[in-house]
Amino acid sequence: MKKNNSLLNIWRIIYRIFLVLVFLFPIAMLVWVAFKSASDIALDILGVPKKWIGFENFASAIESMDFLNALKNSVIVTICSTACLCIFSAMAAWVLVRHKTKMSNFIFLLFSVSMLIPFQCVMLPLMKIMGRFGLGQFGIDLMNQPGLIMAYIGFGSAMSIMLYHGFIKGIPVELEEAAAIDGCSTVGIFFRIVMPLLGPTTTTVSIVNIMWIWNDYLLPSIVLSGKSNLRTLPLQTFKFFGSFTTNWGVAAAALLLIMMPVIVFYIIAQKQIIKGVVDGAVK
Amino acid sequence: MKRSKLTFWLFLFPCLLCFLGFVLIPTIMGFYYSLTDWNGVAKSPKFIGIQNYFAVCKDSQYWYSFAYTALFTICCVVLINGFGFLLALLVTKQFKGATFMRGVFFMPNLVGGLLLGYTWKFIFTKIFPATNIPGLGNWLSDNKTGFLGLLILMVWQMSGYMMIIYIAGIQNIPDSVMEAAALDGATGLKRMFKITIPMVAQSFTIGLFLILSNSFKLFDQNLSLTGGGPNHTNEMLALNIYNSAFCSNQMGEAQAKAVIFFVSIAIISIIQLTITKRAEVEA
Repeated sequence: MKKNNSLLNIWRIIYRIFLVLVFLFPIAMLVWVAFKSASDIALDILGVPKKWIGFENFASAIESMDFLNALKNSVIVTICSTACLCIFSAMAAWVLVRHKTKMSNFIFLLFSVSMLIPFQCVMLPLMKIMGRFGLGQFGIDLMNQPGLIMAYIGFGSAMSIMLYHGFIKGIPVELEEAAAIDGCSTVGIFFRIVMPLLGPTTTTVSIVNIMWIWNDYLLPSIVLSGKSNLRTLPLQTFKFFGSFTTNWGVAAAALLLIMMPVIVFYIIAQKQIIKGVVDGAVK
Repeated sequence: MKRSKLTFWLFLFPCLLCFLGFVLIPTIMGFYYSLTDWNGVAKSPKFIGIQNYFAVCKDSQYWYSFAYTALFTICCVVLINGFGFLLALLVTKQFKGATFMRGVFFMPNLVGGLLLGYTWKFIFTKIFPATNIPGLGNWLSDNKTGFLGLLILMVWQMSGYMMIIYIAGIQNIPDSVMEAAALDGATGLKRMFKITIPMVAQSFTIGLFLILSNSFKLFDQNLSLTGGGPNHTNEMLALNIYNSAFCSNQMGEAQAKAVIFFVSIAIISIIQLTITKRAEVEA
C-alpha cells in the first residue's frame, strides 16, 4: 500500500513537470535560438551553438524594429485610453444608474447590444470616415494618436460601462443625497464620493482594457496606417515579420523583447490581473 | 430638474460621442455600403441593391471559410474547456509549486495573438522539421496539419484563461459539501461527477460562450500563423473578410460578408442569452 503511494507520487511529479515543460516549450525554443548566430542556426537550429554571440541578436532586433519608439507609442496609447475609459465610462454608468428614465434605459441597451458588433463590420466604414473623403474634407485629422485613443474609448466603453453599471447599482444613494444636502455639487459628489467607492471595479476595468488595447492589432493598423513613427508594438511586429523572416535569431529575440513588458506587468500585478480576468469574464 | 438633465448629458457626453462616432455610425454606414458597388477609391459608391449578397452566396471560398471556422470553433470549445477544467482541478490541489504552475499556464493568454502566431510559426516551420521526427514536418504547408497547428496554438493560449475561470468556480464550492461527501463514502471520481461538475455548471456556461465567440471571431492568430495559406485553405471568416477588402479591393462585397458575419454572431449570442436566462430561472 505504502509503496503504491510513493509510486503514484513520482508519477504525479513527472506529469506535472511534463505539463509545465509543454507550456514553456515554445518560449524556451525562442530563448535557445535568440542567442545563436545566423550561421549556427543555418547549420543546426537545435544544436549547441559553436560561437557565443551574447545579446547581439537583441541589439539588432531593437534597432531594426525601432523597439523603443514602438514601446513608447504603445505605453502612451494604452495608458491614455485606459485612463479615459475608466473616468468617462464611470461617469456615464453613474448617470445611467441614477437617472431612471426611458432615455437612460435605451442608451444602456444600445451600449449592451453594441458589444455584439464585430470589428470587421466597422472597419471599412471607419476607414472611409477618417480618411481623405470623410473628416479629411473638413480639415479634421484623426489618423493619429488622439484619434486612436478616441476610437478605443468608443469601442471599450460598452464593456466598461456594463462593469461599472453592475457595481454602482449596489451603492446606496443615501450617501450622495447627504452630500448634496451638505451643498456638494454634482461634479464634487461624483469625484469625491462615487469615484473612490468604485476602486475595485476600476481595477477590473483597467485590467480588461489594458490587456485588450496593448495587444490590439487591427484598429491601430487602420487608424495609424502610413504613420511609421506612431506604430505601436503589434503594428511594428507585423511590419517586422512581413518584411523579414530570414534571420530567425533576430526574429526570436524580437518576439522575446515584445513579450517582456507583458510578463513583467504580470509578475507585478498578478493578483489584480487574475481578479480582473475573472470579473471581466463573468459579467 | 433642468439642471439634472444637463448633468445627465454632460456626464454621458465623452463616451457617447466616441461610441456614436466610432461604433454606431460606422455600423449603420456599413449596412448601407453592403448595398453599393464601393471599391474603396470611388468618392460616391452607387447603390446596387442586394447584388453583393448574391455574389457572396456564390463565393465558394467564403462558405469554405465559414465551414472551416465552424469546425474550428467546435474543436476549440470542447478542447479548451476540457483542458482548462483539468488544469484547474490539478492546480487547486494543495502541493508545492501549484501557484507557479498556475502562473505558467496562464501566461500565454496575456501575450497578444499576433505574437503567439509568429512564435508558433517559428515552432512549426523551423523547429518541427529540424527534429527529424517522422510526422513533424512543416505543418503549416498543409491544410490538415495547419488546422491542427492553429488548434494547438489556441489550446495552448486559452486553456490557462479557462483554468482561471474554473478555479474561481471550484473555490466557490463550500468545503462542508466536500467533507460531507467524503464522510458519506463518495470516492474521488464520484465526488467529481456528483459534486464538482454540477457545482461549477455556471462556469461551464461562461466558458462555453467565451470560447465560442472568441474562436469564431479569431483573426490575429490566423493572420500571423499562416495568413490563411496555403492557397486560402486555412482562412477563417474574419481573415476572409479582411482579404477580400484589402487584397481584392471588393469593399462592397467584403462589407456584405461582414454583415453576414455580424448576423451569425448575433444569433449565437441570442441563443446564449436564452440559455443563461433559463439557467438563472432554474437556479
